[in-house]
Amino acid sequence: MTRSLQLLLIGFAALAVLSLCSLKSARAQVAASSAEVRIDNFTFNAPSITIPVGSEVTWVNRDDIPHTVVSEDQLFKSKGLDTDDKFTYKFTQAGVYKYFCSLHPKMTAQVVVR
Amino acid sequence: MSSSNSNHKLRQELRGEIPHDHNHDGVDRRSFLKCMAWAGTGALCVIQGGVLKSYALPHVAKHRIKGDLSFVQISDSHMGFNKPANPDVVGTFQTALDRIKALEVQPEFILHTGDITHLSKPEQFDTVSQMLKQTNKDAFYVPGEHDVLDDNGRGYLDRFGKNSRGAGWYSFDQKGVHFIGLVNVVDLKAGGLGMLGHKQLEWLEDDLKHLAHSTPIVVFAHIPLWAVYPEWGWGTEDSAHALSYLKKFGAVTVLNGHIHQTMQKVEGNVTFHTACSTAFPQPQPGAPQGPGPMKVPAEQLRTVLGITDVNYARGKHALALTDSTLA
Repeated sequence: MTRSLQLLLIGFAALAVLSLCSLKSARAQVAASSAEVRIDNFTFNAPSITIPVGSEVTWVNRDDIPHTVVSEDQLFKSKGLDTDDKFTYKFTQAGVYKYFCSLHPKMTAQVVVR
Repeated sequence: MSSSNSNHKLRQELRGEIPHDHNHDGVDRRSFLKCMAWAGTGALCVIQGGVLKSYALPHVAKHRIKGDLSFVQISDSHMGFNKPANPDVVGTFQTALDRIKALEVQPEFILHTGDITHLSKPEQFDTVSQMLKQTNKDAFYVPGEHDVLDDNGRGYLDRFGKNSRGAGWYSFDQKGVHFIGLVNVVDLKAGGLGMLGHKQLEWLEDDLKHLAHSTPIVVFAHIPLWAVYPEWGWGTEDSAHALSYLKKFGAVTVLNGHIHQTMQKVEGNVTFHTACSTAFPQPQPGAPQGPGPMKVPAEQLRTVLGITDVNYARGKHALALTDSTLA
């Protein structure tokens, strides 16, 4: 392979890597956002949601009875949420976060952070 | 569906005669061997010999027995609740107090089986304890899950936790009857039911150790200590342990709240009873709308709220429980 061809190939490879990197970070910047989980009739309206690292989840209680949002590993814990109260948590690490309502522990759901 | 024999028994009871009243305590033991009562609509429904019969509550109230100890169970006042199912929980709580004050035989004290408040707020606790002073009676409480919301139950314990252990369990004696207040609404696990926890169970076993087996026992806790409807969380994970410690006693009464309707079950030496709420009713187990507050026409609200009058006569086998509505 000629030297100029080698240089060209290296150049293309570098460009490709750079493009990929910037594309990936651009995607990460756009994707990290917020999601909402609605609570109504003793249910979290999404049994499982998947969000990118760095996203926030806001729980809003639309039920006529108070609920709480408590992670099984005690990582996050809302105060008592009356009707229309909200609780927000930002997920900074990947993982599966199971949570429940401490008033009505049969209410369970999870957040998957990727 | 019912035989003429059962109809005859029904008519006897409605007239005030109790057949097979061997204990002379107003309870027909043969017919009430396994008895489950629903009173979501202000009626008392009893399964007798496999057949469901209903009694209007005022008739049952006439069967009250004057005894040696009388107290009242109230429950689920949810002070602070203001949704359509009841925009005026202060008003209905006042009606409950008026009913207590008008009782023919005045109670010695009042037991509140929890969900005193709706959101554990200080002013909600204070309103209930202030209003209860109208009765001039001591009040004993156990917390509901609504009472331990924001501060690990600090607000509840500061007010009502004197002489209690852990999350607020305690016992006391009145006229030879041993009362035990249990807490089954803290440290609940995901997907689970009510929970007593091993510390409380250890304390309970010890508390009962030196009591004579003939001592009548009254246990009161918020969430039912029997599996009313686990799908809705209406039960306690580890209540079987508690009940095993109580097995040796001749007469045990378990008083609970949480489900906002009266329900009663007799199992061996244990009578389980849940009280109505003074705030709002909830549907019967398994109803399609779920376990939340149930709206009824405003003029019917007080017919689905209530108090329970409890009488104990020394020498009698069991306590007599009388549910009455606020209407």
